[in-house]
Formats: sequence, C-alpha cells, structure tokens
Amino acid sequence: MAMVLSEEAGMLKDAAKGFLADSAPVSQLRKLRDTESADGFDRDTWKAMAEMGWTSVLVPEAHGGVEMGHVAAGVIAEEMGRTLTASPFLSTAVMGATALTRFGSEAQKGEWLPRIAGGKAITALAVDEGRKHAPAHVETRAERSGNGFKLNGKKSFVADGHIADMLIVSARTAGGDAEEDGVSLFLVPQDAAGVTIERASMVDSRNSARVILDNVELNADAVLGDVDNGYKPLEAVLDAGRAGLSAEMSGSAQECLEQTVEYLKERKQFGEVIGTYQGLQHRAAHLYSEIELGKSIVLKTLQTLDLAPDHAAMMVSAAKSKMGSVAQLAAQEAIQMHGGIGMTDEYDIGFFIKRVRVAAALFGDTNYHTDKFARLRKY
Amino acid sequence: MSDLETFRAETRAWLEENCPPEMRKPMTGEGDACWGGRNWTFQSEAQKVWLERMAAKGWTVPEWPVEYGGGGLSKEEAKVLRDEMKAIKARSPLMSFGIWMLGPALLKFGNEEQKKEHLPKIARGEIRWAQGYSEPNAGSDLASLMTKCEDQDDHYLINGQKVWTSYADEADWIFALVRTDFDAPKHEGISFVLVDMDQPGVTTKPIKLISGKSPFCETFFDDARCEKYNLVGEKNKGWTIAKYLLTHEREMIGGTGTGAMRPMGDIAVQQLGLNDAGQLCDPVLRTDVARAEIDGLAFMATMERVTDEAKSGQGVGANSSMLKYYGTELNKRRFELMMDSSGHDGLEWDQENDVARHWLRTKANSIEGGTSEVQLNIISKRILNLPTA
Ligand SMILES: Cc1cc2nc3c(=O)[nH]c(=O)nc-3n(C[C@H](O)[C@H](O)[C@H](O)COP(=O)(O)OP(=O)(O)OC[C@H]3O[C@@H](n4cnc5c(N)ncnc54)[C@H](O)[C@@H]3O)c2cc1C
Repeated sequence: MAMVLSEEAGMLKDAAKGFLADSAPVSQLRKLRDTESADGFDRDTWKAMAEMGWTSVLVPEAHGGVEMGHVAAGVIAEEMGRTLTASPFLSTAVMGATALTRFGSEAQKGEWLPRIAGGKAITALAVDEGRKHAPAHVETRAERSGNGFKLNGKKSFVADGHIADMLIVSARTAGGDAEEDGVSLFLVPQDAAGVTIERASMVDSRNSARVILDNVELNADAVLGDVDNGYKPLEAVLDAGRAGLSAEMSGSAQECLEQTVEYLKERKQFGEVIGTYQGLQHRAAHLYSEIELGKSIVLKTLQTLDLAPDHAAMMVSAAKSKMGSVAQLAAQEAIQMHGGIGMTDEYDIGFFIKRVRVAAALFGDTNYHTDKFARLRKY
Repeated sequence: MSDLETFRAETRAWLEENCPPEMRKPMTGEGDACWGGRNWTFQSEAQKVWLERMAAKGWTVPEWPVEYGGGGLSKEEAKVLRDEMKAIKARSPLMSFGIWMLGPALLKFGNEEQKKEHLPKIARGEIRWAQGYSEPNAGSDLASLMTKCEDQDDHYLINGQKVWTSYADEADWIFALVRTDFDAPKHEGISFVLVDMDQPGVTTKPIKLISGKSPFCETFFDDARCEKYNLVGEKNKGWTIAKYLLTHEREMIGGTGTGAMRPMGDIAVQQLGLNDAGQLCDPVLRTDVARAEIDGLAFMATMERVTDEAKSGQGVGANSSMLKYYGTELNKRRFELMMDSSGHDGLEWDQENDVARHWLRTKANSIEGGTSEVQLNIISKRILNLPTA
C-alpha cells in the first residue's frame, strides 16, 4: 500500500484542518479551562463533527456510519493534535466504535453504533487501576449473580469518563490479579446503580475520571464478547486508541516544530535573527527528522490496522513508543527555543507540553510500549 | 493475471534457474562483494556467472533504458525484481559507484555519446569508477576545491590532488570535480570531467583506515590528460551535476539505516541468550535494542514514504539529507549495540565475522557523502527555511 494519503483522505485532512482552525483552535481549550467548563468539551463543536461524519468514521454503513477506516480516523486525530481540540473523539469514535463493531453482539451494535455514529452517545474505556498502565492487572471483580454479574472495583485515568453515557469496563471473572485469562469486558451504563464517576482535574485540562463500581448489577447481555476471554478484544480496542493517540501526538509535534521555526525566524538577539544560530538550527533539523520518522510509523500502523487488524500489535507499540518520545521531545525543544515566553501561560506552547505528556502516558507510555515491543519480538 | 503478476512469476522462475546457489548465501563481509572492472578477479565461477547473466538481462541496472545496458523496467517492476531477489536472498550481482552515482548523473546531464560510451560498461561491470570530489582543503566546503583543469585546445590538462578517494587504487576511471575558472565565484568555476586513470599522469596512494583496511586513497593528477568529449554538461556548470550526484550518494549511504542485515534483537538473543522470563539477559541492552529496532522500522517506513511521495509529486527534495543523516546515525547506533552484545569476543581484532572492523567502518557513514552536520545545515536551510547570517 502506497505510503501516501488517498485523495479521499487528503480531502478529509484539508477539511479537518480548516474546520478545527476556525471552530476549535487552542483558544477553545484555553477557554474551557478558564471557565471551568463542567463538560470539559464543546458540545456544539462535537455536534458539528458528527454532522461532518467524524463520529462515524469507524462505524459500518449498516449501522449508519461511513466506515472510512483507521487512516481516516488518524487524519482527524492528527489535525486535532495540532489544535489540541478537546473532544471525546478517540474514546468514542475510535475506541467505542472499534469495541462494538468488532466484538459487539447484534443487539449491542444495534443499540450503540447508530448513536455513536450520530454523535448522540459518548463512550469511555475504563481499564487502568494502578499508577501505570497495566491492562492485564485487573482487580475489579465481576461475580456471577442471578442471571447476570455484580461488579466491584475502582478504575482510574478513564478518559472522558464523566461525560460518557456508557463505560466499557474490564473486570475479572476468573484467574489471578495479573492474568490475561479471566478478564471480561462489560458495557456499563453511566447511570447504573452503584456507579460513581468522579472527574479528575488533569494537567492537560482534558477529561479524565475515577470510577467506583459498588455492587453494580448487570444482565448477562452486558458482556462484550465472551466471558473470561475479554483480554484480546481489550487489546484490540486499546490498540485502536493507541494508534489514534499516536496520530494526535504527531499533529502536536508538527505544530510545535512549525511554531518554533516561525519564532526562530522572528526573534532577534545579538543583532541577528536567532534562527541563524547553528546551535538552534541543528536542534530544529534533528527534531524535524525525528518527526518525519514518527509520521511514517504512525501512517504505517494505521494502514496495518485497516488491512490486518489482528497483526497490528507490534506496529502499534512501535508507533506509540516512537511518537510518544518524539512528541515529548518536540514540546520540550519548543519551550527551550522560545526562551522565557515559552514558559508563560499566555503563550500556547505550554498547552502542548501538557497534552503530549498525558497522551504519551494514556494506554501505555513509551517505556511500556518499548517493553511490549521487545516481548512481542520474543526477547 | 495482471501484467505485474505475470512479470513476478517470470522473474521468480528466471531467478530460480539463473541465480547460482552460492550467490544465495549471505555475504560474510566486504570481501564477498563483486565490484567488476578491468582488473577484477572473480572470487568464484558462481560470482562471474551471476554477474554475466544479470548483466545480459540488464538487471544490474533494472531501471536504466535498454539502449544503455539497462533492463528498461518500470519502478513497479524494479520493485518486484528487488522483492524476488530478497526472497531467495540473492546477492547483489555488482557493487558500483558507476551504478549508484555516475550513472544517474550521466542519464540526466550526459550527451548521447557519453551515455552510449560509458553506461553499458558500467552496467556490465567492465569499468570500475572512483569518485574524485574531496581534496585536502575541500571537504565539507567542497566548492572550494582547487584541482586545476586547463584548456589545451584539443584536450584538457589536469593538475592537483584528491583525497579520501574510495577504491581509487582499484578503479579504472574517475569522475572528478575540477576548477576551470579561478576568477569566478567558487560555485561557478567548477566542471565535471571523466578521466581515464590508466595514464602516467594519474597515481594513487592507499590510506589505511582505523578498521585496518585501506579502501581509500590519495589521488594525484600530474599533467593528466582528459579528452574534451569527456567534459559532462557545460564548462563551469559542474556544481549542479555534483549536487545532483550527491543526492544519489546520500540516498545510497542513508539506506544503510534500513539494516539489510539480521535484526539486532535476533543477534543479541543468539549472543547473550534469554533469562527465565524469556527476556534478553542484559536488561539495559534489551531496551536499547528495542529502541533501535523501533527506529529502524520507522526509518524503513520513512524511506518508503519519501519514495512514494516523490512518485506522486508531493516530495520534499532535500529529504535525501534527512534520510542520510538519520540512516547513518542509526547504523552507527546499531553497531555500538552489536559491539555491546558481542562482549569480549567482539573485541578481538581477527575474528570470524569481523564485527570490530565493521563497527569501526560505520563511523565513516556520518562523514562520507557529506557529514551529519552538513546534512543538518541543509535541512535547516532547504526544508525549514531558516536564515543564514
Ligand atoms: C570512508 C570514507 C570514504 C570516502 N570516500 C570518498 C570518495 O570516494 N570520494 C571523495 O571525493 N570523498 C570521499 N570521502 C570524503 C568525504 O566526503 C569527506 O570526508 C567529507 O565530505 C568531510 O570532509 P572532511 O573530511 O574534510 O571534514 P571537514 O569538512 O574538515 O569536517 C570536520 C568536522 O567539521 C564539521 N563541519 C565542517 N563544516 C561545517 C559547517 N559548515 N557546519 C558545521 N560543522 C561543520 C564536520 O561536520 C566535521 O565534523 C570519504 C570519506 C570517508 C570517511
């Protein structure tokens, strides 16, 4: 498959770029933060995204979607990374849609996919429990009760948790605390009795929540996929999200570099534009090279997810590892090369270093994915 | 079956029948490579046969036009050929500066006689070329070169010295940058000439490298003769050709970053083994190896993307500098890891797979063909458009 965007994806990119620059630039995130918005995202922007088909980018046509695939989803995420647009796009349109499309029963698909496609339902994945990402480490229990299950446990770092209509929760139905076998996935309505969702205030001003499950009673049909065998589907859903996050970070990294290069051309010190200094030129040129590598592995990964989703795990980990470190380098270099102004809240660069830190940590940081890559490579 | 699929099937069958078994074994070192030329002694009958058969098909230079000894293949067909050769681990039949550097420059800037004269001999491995660019006082600042070329009415007379000329002592001809105008600004007095080295006016003296080998030389021109028809392009316009050729050289050197060799992780496992948890015994090395492999994947994807973008006309020309920079730095990293994983055995000077010598050789990757710093300068100026003082 050629490593260039199709005409269709290229058009989507241009449209996304234009829309986000006009309707959801960094100033929108700043405003959401400063006004302490209860939602943490802009509902009108979300509605407009749904009208443009973004929320249905991974939903099959039979369920009201446009099913353009992961490359297209990545194009949108990348542009959102440039503007740091706050929205539940990744948790819902990428991960929610992947979970239901690939692993949902007909009834579950019928219930959720049209609503996801239409921008009418928001979903969130509740997976992590500890300080670091460890999807197999599941202490949350799901015990059989009546003809269904009773869930008890705690989840944290749940992106978009407090605005979600439905949570996809991993819980243990068998096995020991850190075993892959015995993990099951459940679709938990946000308003189910016993569910407490508490918003966390994050460094990137984006949505994240802690979720407490206290004797939450669910019917058997709330299980996504097979009981005890939820780990593989969980990984597939995570991988879709990780690839999307990598694309988002790619956009953020490119934006950091471009803004920095512009600044290097304007700012004068010692009687010269600072961009004439080789010490800065080489840092910028190195960063450019790193970002080019990041862009390539992200595109390759998104293509792999479209062509062979069951064989994408290694590429996804490579991409998340690479792009996580590249984007963090980009944000750090951006601040350094801006000097003092880069440290001010008034300047946008600070928003980038914050978001990139969170995006890099979400669903496994660079260390996690480097280790996972090595495990998949059998060493 | 599509035309390309038919071509694939035919190519596979042809290779199966024509590639000798000895030529399907991985090369153990530079000594296994075939460079051709007037003075070449083939290491084996298989090496000779393989070159002759491939040259007869034009497949030593698959994409060159048939009339110049090439295979006349499209980009897609050439890729099929590469893939099929890779599938049976076929060795490259011919290593050649003529193929990698001079050929592309002649195809673009040479006149018909020059193409007809030189390209087929390159394709068949009959003439081995050296690259006469660098001089003692013209390295990164190549355009300040001083080798003098004077017009003697019926021929040119060349005097001066080149240095770091790879394999000059084994080469038959040299393509050289010479100064034809000492008064013009430095970029505007340079010409690109082709010189037969089989004459008393051209002598070479090998220089020993830190790897203990002597693959490069000082090259001296003392009243060396160059026929007028061997000036490529216009007089004093050689710099354009020089730069074009450098782009090809950079892409070729940058390609070392794809690690055509075995994946580093596999080598480390073989050398150090796994612990009870199934992980590489040296945990810090394990991380470094994984990072290098990930960067290797990202680099390969970038090579692909840059090629595909160029094909579809969206390319950034100066990206060859980015590939050269990253690919060579990555290759150096790989060989540092290779040394780490080889342990004490790797420190012995004479050993089966010569890892120490290879490791030392890779240090030149970020110097030859323009240093890493020069590539970063080019990226800053050509791609990021940063100003000069
Ligand atoms: C193994 C090997 C094979 C070679 N083969 C050939 C060959 O076949 N033909 C041929 O013509 N040449 C050949 N070369 C020469 C090669 O192209 C030069 O060595 C190279 O261009 C650098 O020039 P230099 O050695 O004079 O170093 P210098 O130019 O003196 O560089 C010294 C240091 O200064 C840095 N530097 C220089 N200018 C700048 C600047 N503007 N900004 C920042 N840093 C700078 C360099 O990056 C380097 O780190 C070969 C070299 C090697 C090592």
